Amino acid sequence: MPVMNVIQAVNDALRLEMRRDPSVVVLGEDVGRFGGVFRATAGLQQEFGEGRVIDTPLAEGGIIGAAVGMALYGLRPVPEIQFADFIYPAFDQIVNEVAKYRYRSGGQYPCPITIRTPYGGGIKGGHYHSQSPEALFIQVPGLKVVCPATPRDAKGLLTAAIRDPDPVLFLEPKRVYRAAKGEVPEGELVLPLGQAAVTRPGGQVTLIAWGAMWHEADQAAREAEAEGIDCEVLDLRSLQPLDLEAIVASVRKTGRAVVVHEAPLTCGFGAELSALIQERCFLSLEAPVARVTGWDTPFPYTLENEYLPRAPRILKALRETVAY
Amino acid sequence: MSDPRPTSPRAPPAEPQARRRHDGTAREWAPGRFLAEFPLYAVVDEEGRLADEAELTLADPALLALYRWMVLERLLDERMITLQRQGRIGFYVGSIGEEATVFGTAAAMAPQDWIFPSYREHGAAFLRGLPLATFMCGLFGNAGDAVKGRQMPCHESWAPGHFVSISSPIATQVPQAVGAAWAARIQGHDMVPLCFFGDGSTSANDFHTGLNFAAVQRLPVVFACRNNGWAISVPREAQTASETIAQKAIGYGMRGERVDGNDLLAVYNATRRARARAAAGEGPTLLECVTYRMEGHSTSDDPRAYRPASVVEPWKQRDPLLRIRRLLGRRGVLDEAGDLALRDELRRQLLAALLEAEAQPAKPPVASLFEDVYAAPLRQQREQLAELTAALAADPRLANPRHSEG
Repeated sequence: MPVMNVIQAVNDALRLEMRRDPSVVVLGEDVGRFGGVFRATAGLQQEFGEGRVIDTPLAEGGIIGAAVGMALYGLRPVPEIQFADFIYPAFDQIVNEVAKYRYRSGGQYPCPITIRTPYGGGIKGGHYHSQSPEALFIQVPGLKVVCPATPRDAKGLLTAAIRDPDPVLFLEPKRVYRAAKGEVPEGELVLPLGQAAVTRPGGQVTLIAWGAMWHEADQAAREAEAEGIDCEVLDLRSLQPLDLEAIVASVRKTGRAVVVHEAPLTCGFGAELSALIQERCFLSLEAPVARVTGWDTPFPYTLENEYLPRAPRILKALRETVAY
Repeated sequence: MSDPRPTSPRAPPAEPQARRRHDGTAREWAPGRFLAEFPLYAVVDEEGRLADEAELTLADPALLALYRWMVLERLLDERMITLQRQGRIGFYVGSIGEEATVFGTAAAMAPQDWIFPSYREHGAAFLRGLPLATFMCGLFGNAGDAVKGRQMPCHESWAPGHFVSISSPIATQVPQAVGAAWAARIQGHDMVPLCFFGDGSTSANDFHTGLNFAAVQRLPVVFACRNNGWAISVPREAQTASETIAQKAIGYGMRGERVDGNDLLAVYNATRRARARAAAGEGPTLLECVTYRMEGHSTSDDPRAYRPASVVEPWKQRDPLLRIRRLLGRRGVLDEAGDLALRDELRRQLLAALLEAEAQPAKPPVASLFEDVYAAPLRQQREQLAELTAALAADPRLANPRHSEG
């Protein structure tokens, strides 16, 4: 099985889906000739032509708006927003149009779009190249939100997202774009949306994370083990739909939960997860659900390591939760 | 798949010497200059006379059929405004005075062309087969509504007629129409979207983005600006400092044309030409249809608060219905008695549709609330439907009194 990084896995998934289905098209800023600023679409225009891998003018609202029209007319567009931080000019198109088209047309017009975008901090990107806006989109009925952590999941979940009948926001953890390497099956790989992965079984506390933060959580769990804390790690992979059954099963077993995300604390997805765990696992809980998150500030440049939930902060939360 | 775009670069437009003058200013702006550069194209005058017989591109039966649609739309609008005043529907957006723009553009397109409406073009959906009664069900939001009572009145969509869903945010449909044109080209289809928007939309991001995308890619789109003079209470002059909307096309690198929007034949001819150019690979056209909104923006505003009635008076003389009726009279196709009979028949048709729509259950089934959020309901929708169903069973006061079934 070949070893790939996340970027290669994304590229592989796009290439295979474009070969399989002529209705799949890629569009965005710099995705064509240049192959994307992170090279995720490298080589696609050479293989599929300028008609299917399209360098657009610089306007996110236009990229998503055009993708809506393409999807209504029967294509499967995969628009790229160069950085998740630049998604806001397209917010109206995503929230009011992409997400609602099927509903507001009474089911007459589905809108199957997969919006790919690199998200998250840790790359010295400062405010405009580091944000994690997942919670803003998880709250929008009609959208699915997927966030892989590993190359294998990136390939399998992106393939599933492109084939999905609903619009999907596909958040790519750019901090580990090249750092996360792993074996990825050759050929077709489809991993169903809405299934979390127990990446580390344990019995004492459930540690929930996704995307780049899963790598921090995994690191913290390994350090916790050295201290005698038996930690179960859940990689959510898909945030909407959410694998609530996996969360509930794990927390009922461990009686404790720690949620990690790099978006700010207030109204972050951790708040929703805490509420869900409280509603469904109250009698199993031995400690309050802890959240380890980014701070309630804009994303900083110099102090990004202090901002991001790193393993030591996660470890502290694990210790406190277990000792509660 | 090969790129279907023409490969030869466009020749740069010739630059007249006269424009290269004065301390580096290439083009000088002077009041009135764009009004002259974009003359108003008209075919039929207010007395129903043809400027040029050769411009009469519709045979008498087709002309009469379109006149009939325009009268139906007028009668419908009047009736629905009354219905709103009676409190039987919540809201209405009509097109009184703008019928020639709506029907002239839509009639000029091919049946396979998709229509991206703004919100005042339900007439175009009627041309594409949307039944009057179904449209009225949408106004009531009742069980017969094609969009299951989810949108406020006049937000219909009609997939069998390639009429897409209406969005309240302004101009969002512009880049979407461009995307549909793109998709058609990629698939090798002869399909030219007709994209409607008002003069107010030309201020919105999506208008600029959409036109820019279309021009860069030379996509086949007809952009039909229904310049009706007002964006709710804001006059066109306070919306844009451009003398015309059509001239904006220059900035994007596409063709712009100004048409008398109260002249059915002018709108029809200009749209037909724009469609033909688009289909021939010559790119998009921005059509400015100069018309006038004789009523309020919707039933929710009172135009007397922002414009004196005297301003509207001259436009009544320019009524698009009057013009076609006079033309048909001159051609011996329709006399006064025939017109009265036509109106009587259309009124009966409207009443029948209204009775049919009102006979539908007042609300769609409760379960439909949770349908179509996704292709299949997620856990949340399933759980919440069960919760609501149980709550309604326990206490029917949860549903309002008009609720008739569940």
